[in-house]
Amino acid sequence: MSEDKKNSHIETQRQMQICNACRYCEGFCAVFPAMERRRMFTEGDTAYLANLCHNCGACYHACQYSPPHEFEVNVPKILAERRIDSYEQYAWPQSVAKVFQNNGMWVSILTILGLTIVIGLMLALISPDLFWGIHLGEGAFYKILPHNVMAGIPILIVSFVIISFIVSWRKFWKSIGAKWNGFKSLYDAVLATLTMRYLGGDNTGKGDGCPSTDDRASNLRKYFHHFTFYGFMLCLASTSVATIYHYVLGREAPYGYFELPVILGTVGGIILCIGTAGLWYAKKNMDKNVLSLRTMGMDYAFIFILFWVSATGLILLFLRESNLMGITLAIHLAFVYTFFLVLPFSKFVHGLYRFAALIFSATEYQKN
Amino acid sequence: MNNYDVIVIGAGNAGLCAAITAAESGCSVLVIESAPKGMRGGNTRHTRNLRAMHDEPTDVLTDAYTFEEYFEDLIRVTKGITNKSLAELTLKNSSELTSWLGERGVKFQPALSGTLNLGRTNAFFLGGGKALLNSLCRHAEKISVELLYDTPVKKMIFDDGFCTGVQLEKDNKIIYSKKVIATAGGFEANLSWLSEGWGDSVKNFLVRGTPYNKGVILKEILDNGAKKIGELDQCHAVAIDARAPKYDGGIASRIDGVPFSVVLNKNSERFYDEGEDFWPKRYAIWGRLVAGQPDQIAYSILDSVGVNRFMPSVFTPIVDDTIEGLAKKLDLDPVKTKKSIDEFNNACPKGDIDQKILDGKATVGLNPNKTNWSATISKAPFYGFPLRPGITFTYMGVEVNENAQVLKSDGKPFSNLYAAGEIMAGNVLGQGYLAGIGMTIGSVFGRIAGNHASKMLNKLN
Repeated sequence: MSEDKKNSHIETQRQMQICNACRYCEGFCAVFPAMERRRMFTEGDTAYLANLCHNCGACYHACQYSPPHEFEVNVPKILAERRIDSYEQYAWPQSVAKVFQNNGMWVSILTILGLTIVIGLMLALISPDLFWGIHLGEGAFYKILPHNVMAGIPILIVSFVIISFIVSWRKFWKSIGAKWNGFKSLYDAVLATLTMRYLGGDNTGKGDGCPSTDDRASNLRKYFHHFTFYGFMLCLASTSVATIYHYVLGREAPYGYFELPVILGTVGGIILCIGTAGLWYAKKNMDKNVLSLRTMGMDYAFIFILFWVSATGLILLFLRESNLMGITLAIHLAFVYTFFLVLPFSKFVHGLYRFAALIFSATEYQKN
Repeated sequence: MNNYDVIVIGAGNAGLCAAITAAESGCSVLVIESAPKGMRGGNTRHTRNLRAMHDEPTDVLTDAYTFEEYFEDLIRVTKGITNKSLAELTLKNSSELTSWLGERGVKFQPALSGTLNLGRTNAFFLGGGKALLNSLCRHAEKISVELLYDTPVKKMIFDDGFCTGVQLEKDNKIIYSKKVIATAGGFEANLSWLSEGWGDSVKNFLVRGTPYNKGVILKEILDNGAKKIGELDQCHAVAIDARAPKYDGGIASRIDGVPFSVVLNKNSERFYDEGEDFWPKRYAIWGRLVAGQPDQIAYSILDSVGVNRFMPSVFTPIVDDTIEGLAKKLDLDPVKTKKSIDEFNNACPKGDIDQKILDGKATVGLNPNKTNWSATISKAPFYGFPLRPGITFTYMGVEVNENAQVLKSDGKPFSNLYAAGEIMAGNVLGQGYLAGIGMTIGSVFGRIAGNHASKMLNKLN
């Protein structure tokens, strides 16, 4: 680890040593029970704890040692910093991992880059008449951009993303000392993920929420995250169904408004827009004491791009029978391609590491 | 002219229970807190649970903890130094506390969870005492209780045996009220007052509790004719890490390793049986023990086996590969220290110790002997924790009656002055300690005070 990464690890160590001698917060989430199973905190340990933390304010507001106390304990904030450092630490390839530092900027640059390439391709492969024309019926999209190109690019990108994720997962898994313990732990982690069990304030998943804006409990962030997560899943389902339509049924997009891919995509897209807009709102209003400014660029960039992936998709649906279809498609694809390309270096990886941490946490819990 | 029906001094658990109770009955209530908002609530900030009687399991307590058993526990720890009728009142009222607090926003950990095995007798606040304070303050504000932070009270205004209000430090401002409820804690942060009981040695004491309990209110009330309970030198003092902050170290400053260690004073001599009983039953005597040693310092020494036998401490132990090296780092005489450890090791019985039971593994021929868990200090590296007396709270307070009214020296109550919490806990807990009973006394008497005050003012309920 580089020097500045080490700082967040060392400061996490210091705070965890205080927390471990207090333990009042053990009822809040998965972080503290995991901490209690340790006396010393290695780099892997602090990365593990950091990736179990949802950055709510419950322990901060309950802490007898939070500032102005001289111990200056602020667990959500230091774990946020350790977490963003861990994203860089476990990212692959490492040379690209530096983008984590100024992620917001990178995302914008890449989006523009993506846009230029796509539009450039289209202008090169088709005539402007086609690009600004009205296209109806099956295969309408592919008159502008051939299907092989449109689908080929993401296949390449996704292959890279999958390889990157596998490498990162293995690095993280090994570093935190996790061992495969069978499907019971996996099942528990899936449940915890689908319900966001540990963002409820009391470890049961049924709590009335976590402090977000101040010391009051609220489930707002959790609900908006659910919208984002399930909206994204519906969009993914839409794409999968469309792929089946294309290759199995031999039917080319666009599909009718009441056909499954469109229904899934529309509902998912709207939910995703609500979720990401909500997360943006929740983040803006979050208690500044528990936020780490270092993570903000990455967080906002991810929410931003996810929102526009979905919003441009919905706009495309709305405009697909007009002469603006070409340009809308170009913009939508630019967002989609960019989204996938930066996936291993974006906030998306929080899901990867948190899921791994949740499996390990379930394993540790079951062993005790 | 009265600005308020009720003034409550101190925004800890007792004060907030009193304020909420009075406000719910229709009183106008002002709570005055000397600490800034972030440090509000006195020692409540450092608490974690309350001890509650219950005849059957509840959502936050397992099994049953009957009145009889609770009472027996109290008599045992206080050796009978308790006002029996007030003790009875406390215990009986303790059973409804978790639901009363719960209805006002306080959350508890579910029964059967938690590090300490106290789930039967004690209900644990989710997140601890500060979380409880956050919830109660929110609730109090919601029902129009006014809260002033960072506002130390300088004087209480007495007029012919009547407390008519308070004078603030700030601008000498006077605020009047019909009733005054004093819930301002003890005087553990007032070292000069403590030195009247302890002498010069207090300079080496650490205060685990809040730095804001300076005893201003206690002194004011005593000086104006209240009946004193408890003695000046009585305090809950445990041995804590000498590197802890001077004030406010709280729970994390404690050291749990004494029973598995050898404890030496600054002359490298042992002075007390480290393994006399289970730590929770003994930790509260070690503050006083260390206070009795030269320069009020001691050193708990362990080897690499012993150091893993207890909960980790907030400060990393001082470590060295040899006893002599460790002694040097601890500022002890290396030769004498080695000799003390060798003597101890030679006096240890054979075989492994069992820390789950009083295993009777005692040393032979030492003065004093260690009567349980005597294992040699022999496996390097060696670890040392410096220890100081750490004061949690003081016992001396004011005597009250069953209405929480403060009693005058002639035994008659002040008609409009009440006390609740640490400032009067000595009525029930005359000495010793029972985990979580401080919060119980605070909540019970806070509610009684708030209730009686509003009744006397002919408010609703």
